[in-house]
Order: sequence, then structure tokens, then C-alpha cells
Amino acid sequence: MANKKRGDLWLILGVLLAAAGLFVLLWWLPKPGAAVEITVDGRLYATLPLDSPTTLEIPSDTGNTLVIADGQATVTAAGCPDGICVRHRAIHRTGESIVCLPNQVVITVIGGTPALDGEV
Amino acid sequence: MKRKTALYGLLVALAFIFSYIEALLPLPIGIPGIKLGLANSVTLVVLYLLRPVDALVISCLRILLAGLTFGSPVSMLYSLAGGLCSFAVMWLCRRSGRFSIVGVSIAGGVSHNLAQLAVAAVVLLTPQIVWYVPVLLVAGLITGLLIGLLCRGLLSKLTRFMRH
Repeated sequence: MANKKRGDLWLILGVLLAAAGLFVLLWWLPKPGAAVEITVDGRLYATLPLDSPTTLEIPSDTGNTLVIADGQATVTAAGCPDGICVRHRAIHRTGESIVCLPNQVVITVIGGTPALDGEV
Repeated sequence: MKRKTALYGLLVALAFIFSYIEALLPLPIGIPGIKLGLANSVTLVVLYLLRPVDALVISCLRILLAGLTFGSPVSMLYSLAGGLCSFAVMWLCRRSGRFSIVGVSIAGGVSHNLAQLAVAAVVLLTPQIVWYVPVLLVAGLITGLLIGLLCRGLLSKLTRFMRH
């Protein structure tokens, strides 16, 4: 009765698998409630939630086109000379940002569950 | 009947002292809500030596007593949720015969933590809490394992004692 039984092993494995699986799942899920904050020339222009797909033409100096889709934000077109903002990959994690220096546009991800790194 | 009363009193007092000790010496791990669950060793041993209902009653009495003495109504709610759930799980695991006392203890530890987390989720209504599940799963596993090993050693010695 007190000896190890097969059920014990399955239980331990099951718990470890569940813990690992859940952790991975949580890590890769899009953080709920996250939004992007758009500032132009230092002033807040708009705040948009990441979960509703939309296209926004930001009225900056030469224009930036922001597209929100699949829980991510990306700049698809811009009139600035270097186009760094367009080449930047889509952002979705809190703290990530896309900046267009010539047009003074800053797009930052805010809110939602804080990203794990650096958070308690 | 008289014999049971004295025995119950003894066991509740023992479990209560275990609770008290744990309240005095919180584990150095920074995660809130993680404890060894020493008092559960009493529940576990009683489950194996006496009847399941004895384990349930002693567990509930201990939770009530500890909650009133050095806990709060909120802490008692969590303790009760954890205690009732883990008792049910441990009882079923034992009945199935597929687990050793260590396995039963692990099941108890894990279910205790999950039940408390469930209560916290309802009370606090924060989605962030779900991040705790993997942590508490592993913590429940480890503490359950330790308590289970402890009780396994104790059980062989105590079986002689409790033959009535």
C-alpha cells in the first residue's frame, strides 16, 4: 500500500505537462486589452485597441498609414524619406513601439497584461 | 464514543499547531499563497488510518479553528475551498487504489492550490491570475511530494499504534 504505484508516475507527468503546456499557451496568447497609443509631434493623437482591425491615415507631415490586424499594429505606408517605420515589423507586446522620426510619429503598445520580462 | 472525542481533539490540535507553525514561518519563496501544507499531513494520515469522514471532520475543524485564531474570514474561505477540494480528491484517489500515499498527497496538494486559485479568480476578477496556474501546479506537486514522503514514513510507525 505504501509502495510507489504506476498511478503516481502518471500523475506527476500529467501535472508537469499541464504546467508546461499552460505556461507556453499563456506566453503565446495575445495579451488582452492591449492598445496602441499614437502621438504626433509629442501630442496624443489617438488610442486604438489592438483587437479591432482598422486602417488609420495619420495626418503627419508626409503621412503614415497605420494598419491594425490580427492583434498587431504595423505601418504599411509613409511619405518619409527613409521608410524605417514601414520596414519595422508588426508590434503587439506592451512597450514595443514604431517610430517615424521625420514625421514625429510614435506608435506604442500600451495596456493589457504586462510583458513578462522585467515585470514582477 | 469517548475514545473518538479524545482522538479527534488530539488530531485537530496537532493539525492546528502545524497550521500555526506554517503561519509563523512563511516559506522564503516570494510567491504568495505557497505553503508546505504541513497540516494536510494530519488529514492524509487520518485518511489512511481511520475513516474518510474522520479526516474530513478533523480537517474542517482545524480550518475553522485556525481561521478564527490567526486568520481572517477571507483566509478561512480560501482554506475551506482548498481543504474541501483536496480532501475530495485525496479520498477519491485513495479509493481508486491506483496511487500510493505519495501520489494521493500530490493530488491533494495540486487540487488544494487550484481550488484556492479558483476562489481568488472569482473574488478578485483579474485575468492575470491565470498566470499562476503553472506555478501552483508545480508547487502543489513538490509540496505534495514532500508531505507524501513524510506521511509514508510516519504511516508504517503509526499503524501499530492505531490498531483498535
